[in-house]
Amino acid sequence: MAELTEAVLRGLGTGSVYALLALGFVIIYKATRVISFAQPAFMLAGVTLVTYLVLEVSFWVAVPVAAVLTGLLALGVERVAVRPMVGRPAFIVAIITLGVDVAVRVVVNAFIGLDVRNVLDPWGLRTVGLGGVEMQQRHLAAFLTTAFLVAALFAFFRFTRMGLAMRAAAYDQEVALAMGVSVGTVFALSWALAGGLAAVAGTFAAAGSSVDAALWLIALTALPVIILGGLDSLPGAVIGGLAVGVLQELAATYQHHVSWLGGNVSVITPYVLMFVVLLVRPYGLFGTREVERV
Amino acid sequence: MRGRPLLYTSYASEMALLNTRTKKVWFAALLALAAVLPFLLTDDILQLLAVCCVAAIGAIGLGLVTGYAGQISLGHAFFLAIGAYTGAAISGDPDGRAIGLGVTNLLVWLPAAGLVAAAAGVLVAPLATRLRGLYLAIVTLGLVFIGQHIFNEWSALTGGVGVGRPAATLEVFGYQLAVTDAYATKDQKLFWLMLLLLLIFALAARNLARSKVGRAFTAIRDRDIAAGVIGVNLARYKTIAFAVSSFYAGCAGALLYTVSGFFDPSSFSLLLSVQYIAMVLIGGAGTISGAIAGAFFITLLPRLTRELQAWVPFISTQPNEVPNVFQVETILYGALIIVFLIFEPRGLFGLWVRARNYWKAWPFSY
Repeated sequence: MAELTEAVLRGLGTGSVYALLALGFVIIYKATRVISFAQPAFMLAGVTLVTYLVLEVSFWVAVPVAAVLTGLLALGVERVAVRPMVGRPAFIVAIITLGVDVAVRVVVNAFIGLDVRNVLDPWGLRTVGLGGVEMQQRHLAAFLTTAFLVAALFAFFRFTRMGLAMRAAAYDQEVALAMGVSVGTVFALSWALAGGLAAVAGTFAAAGSSVDAALWLIALTALPVIILGGLDSLPGAVIGGLAVGVLQELAATYQHHVSWLGGNVSVITPYVLMFVVLLVRPYGLFGTREVERV
Repeated sequence: MRGRPLLYTSYASEMALLNTRTKKVWFAALLALAAVLPFLLTDDILQLLAVCCVAAIGAIGLGLVTGYAGQISLGHAFFLAIGAYTGAAISGDPDGRAIGLGVTNLLVWLPAAGLVAAAAGVLVAPLATRLRGLYLAIVTLGLVFIGQHIFNEWSALTGGVGVGRPAATLEVFGYQLAVTDAYATKDQKLFWLMLLLLLIFALAARNLARSKVGRAFTAIRDRDIAAGVIGVNLARYKTIAFAVSSFYAGCAGALLYTVSGFFDPSSFSLLLSVQYIAMVLIGGAGTISGAIAGAFFITLLPRLTRELQAWVPFISTQPNEVPNVFQVETILYGALIIVFLIFEPRGLFGLWVRARNYWKAWPFSY
């Protein structure tokens, strides 16, 4: 029983990382109807910035600063590579972001180099006991940070003028434009938010271990998460992220019972889950069904 | 008819495979040039061009499903892998380390590789026909990851990570196609073989594109609901698109590693899919000649960046220095995709159309 509980708690920790990344994808999708394949690159850029900043300032300052800087980077990418493509097919823009991802990652990898880089998080691999089960502090921290950020985002979308503008633009861009919403600002802000969230996600993905060029693969797991939750659903991104994290940890814990599937089954469980869900619900668990008109 | 190259006097002539005289002349000239190339170029360049021809077959396949039928597939690497392993397993040594049946005849393993990949395409189709656009792109991306897991784990077939297995043997009824003999060198024969295969596959694809099936594909691409309303069976034609595309991918995959002779499971990563997407988009989506041009361009790119080093001396050839040619090459991939899509969405084919129109209208350019 303790084994199961510990696996679930670990899963909630890793799932928080997926949830943050998936939120970025969904925020961009809602605003611009595009999936940004550049999220992995932003995540890697953010965490690399953290590794450089922690050498100068404390972890608590480094992470927000890196998040803001990554947000600005995302903003710049949106301006240069994505804004000229407004009105073009979503697929074309998605492929452009794929090109951005490839190019940005090469630059970031040059900064990572061959040395071991650490985010120097205050938790390391220390654990905390919760009623008989052990939980790593970094997982707890990831979960709490995600909960805080999700609450902040909810408040932002619900209670601020800019949040209202973003919801309006997501609902109907042209009408929002006619009502005086600056859709350009909404685009820019959604990319910046996604970039910042990716940086935080990257930091927690690297907490307790080191940063290397292969870290970006973690960000790809957010893709089945958003399909699972539905491309345009923020709660779907959070629930999907946590669910995928828990499922992955369960698969990793109990895979010796199904050894014929081979090692590292947990890497592909998100994709298998995605296939199964899509066969039943083509628009994900919480996504809105598209209205089809000729 | 003189001076009126676009005047068609019958439906058959308008619908012909090469419907203008200019196209026929150019096609014949290019083919003649390609056929004599092996006597003019060195062997290593010929080998590279042979790989280009194979990549072009794969790109044509992706062009059929993504360019013509508008179904975005990021899973091309998965179908290439299935073809490569089918071909290698059928022609492999029965007593070797990895699974092998010992049937080395190209005429057996090549169609078989295509058919097995096509069958995989049909298996995926129930998912693919229900989804559109970006949902489909991510689902096909999932195929690459699941495929990689299977190939990594099933080492009896694939030889295992980092070890790999020999590729299929190029041989027809006992005649070795990739061995130097009294008549031609290994690379000359390799180039001619791949060129011939490319020709067959390209003409077949062009023929498909102008048929009923091809028109159904373009109707689905342009507006799938409208196509469905006017009576195009969406599920059926999307399945056909995936099957044909996977057939091409399977054949290309089986041939792709026959040049180097060896491959391992890590070859079939997401990067390979992205490269094929880049070929189709940089070449020009929705054209066969564009896919071929794109495949040649992307495959020759590493070679070109290596030449670049002579001109830009601060780029290093050592992988542990910054900036090095490998980084430049990867950045170029990314940058070319971005630049082409923003400035010339029709790709290399679009550049050619612009040049052609300029000369058509000359001296009345505006």
